[in-house]
Amino acid sequence: MPSLKELRNRIASVKATQKITKAMQMVAAAKLRRAQAAAEAARPYAERMGAVLANVAAGVAGQSDAPRLLAGTGANQTHLLIVCTAERGLCGAFNSSIARLAREHTLALQRQGKTVKILCVGKKGYDALRRLFQNEIIELIELRSVKQIGFANADAIARKVLSLYADGQFDVATIFYSKFRSVIQQIPTAQQLIPAQVPTNDNAAPTTAAIYEYEPDEATILEDLLPRNISVQILGALLENVASEMGAKMSAMDNATRNAGEMIKKYTLRYNRTRQAMITKELIEIISGAEAL
Amino acid sequence: MADPFPFELVSPERLLLSEPALSVVVPGSEGEFEVLKNHAPFMATIKPGVVVVTLASGQAQRFFVRGGFADVNANGLTILAEQAIPVESLNAEDIASQIRDAEEDVTDARDDASKTAAATRLAQLKDVQAVLGH
Repeated sequence: MPSLKELRNRIASVKATQKITKAMQMVAAAKLRRAQAAAEAARPYAERMGAVLANVAAGVAGQSDAPRLLAGTGANQTHLLIVCTAERGLCGAFNSSIARLAREHTLALQRQGKTVKILCVGKKGYDALRRLFQNEIIELIELRSVKQIGFANADAIARKVLSLYADGQFDVATIFYSKFRSVIQQIPTAQQLIPAQVPTNDNAAPTTAAIYEYEPDEATILEDLLPRNISVQILGALLENVASEMGAKMSAMDNATRNAGEMIKKYTLRYNRTRQAMITKELIEIISGAEAL
Repeated sequence: MADPFPFELVSPERLLLSEPALSVVVPGSEGEFEVLKNHAPFMATIKPGVVVVTLASGQAQRFFVRGGFADVNANGLTILAEQAIPVESLNAEDIASQIRDAEEDVTDARDDASKTAAATRLAQLKDVQAVLGH
């Protein structure tokens, strides 16, 4: 049975923890709002980009001289996995669920005899995958110092991926991130970047695509458009990821705060019981002492 | 008087403008062009420069854009800009720093093709600086 003083200390320490988790939850809520707005603001661009790409790609589809970013290298041997996670922990299963998806993917590919290369964006994913796939991880990109993720960050990553592709380092690139559904639901997602997956808009394409005029010609535009599309997709993934992270953090911290509250209640009850028992004991001692006289 | 048509200017970070315009002047990479209502479907890359939008109210707005695409179709004109900033909120330092970046690119370029591309970009940025009078 812990003494009264010990119980008092324990209650004080749980209260301090609760204050911290509560503060973290509120910070996450504020950041979530901003992250969600950023993710939503980036959506129109990605949508328009997809539409334009579908239009242009329809023109060159099936041609043998289609750009390699669209047609692929023709091989399917080396896979590059871009694993985007958070820089910080304390956000529930957010990081581990992305890492798990990436791990399963990697193992499945390796069983098929493919070569896997991993590019980590965010430290937590790197920490989780390092032990198993030390030799597969080719680089870690940290975004710790970045306050607000912008196009420049995504572009830097895209450039790295593209230069690897140009060197023939891989055939297929897939990006792993968490899609933001709601505060309590984030969906770990794998999305193929290279070769580009072109959204098909069957209803609109045939009528408009035929009479398009291009300046400069289609191939040049497509060459410019495809790398940019990759930057845009990476940016979208990163922004979704930030929103998911904040959502996961918010609900994790909410749980922690509630847990701490329950613990405080339990300890306070125990503290009062012990205190009352001691008072009763002292009274009995006084009374029986007086009776003995 | 021309009729208004739907116009959208989007950058990767946000949607800057989405409203009917009477005319839009776009700095295409092979020359400036102006889009009015019922323009033929047209797709062009754009160079760093200034987009001038005349809104339905007759008021003109100017945006600095740094490369991207212009897409004209039956639904109007969409500009996908790599970066877009209203000219009023653009300061001399922004352009100056971009010019510095471009200058670095020119010196860093490994092969002739990328060197030419970087040099073209630098020249275009300097043009913009001259136009805006910074």
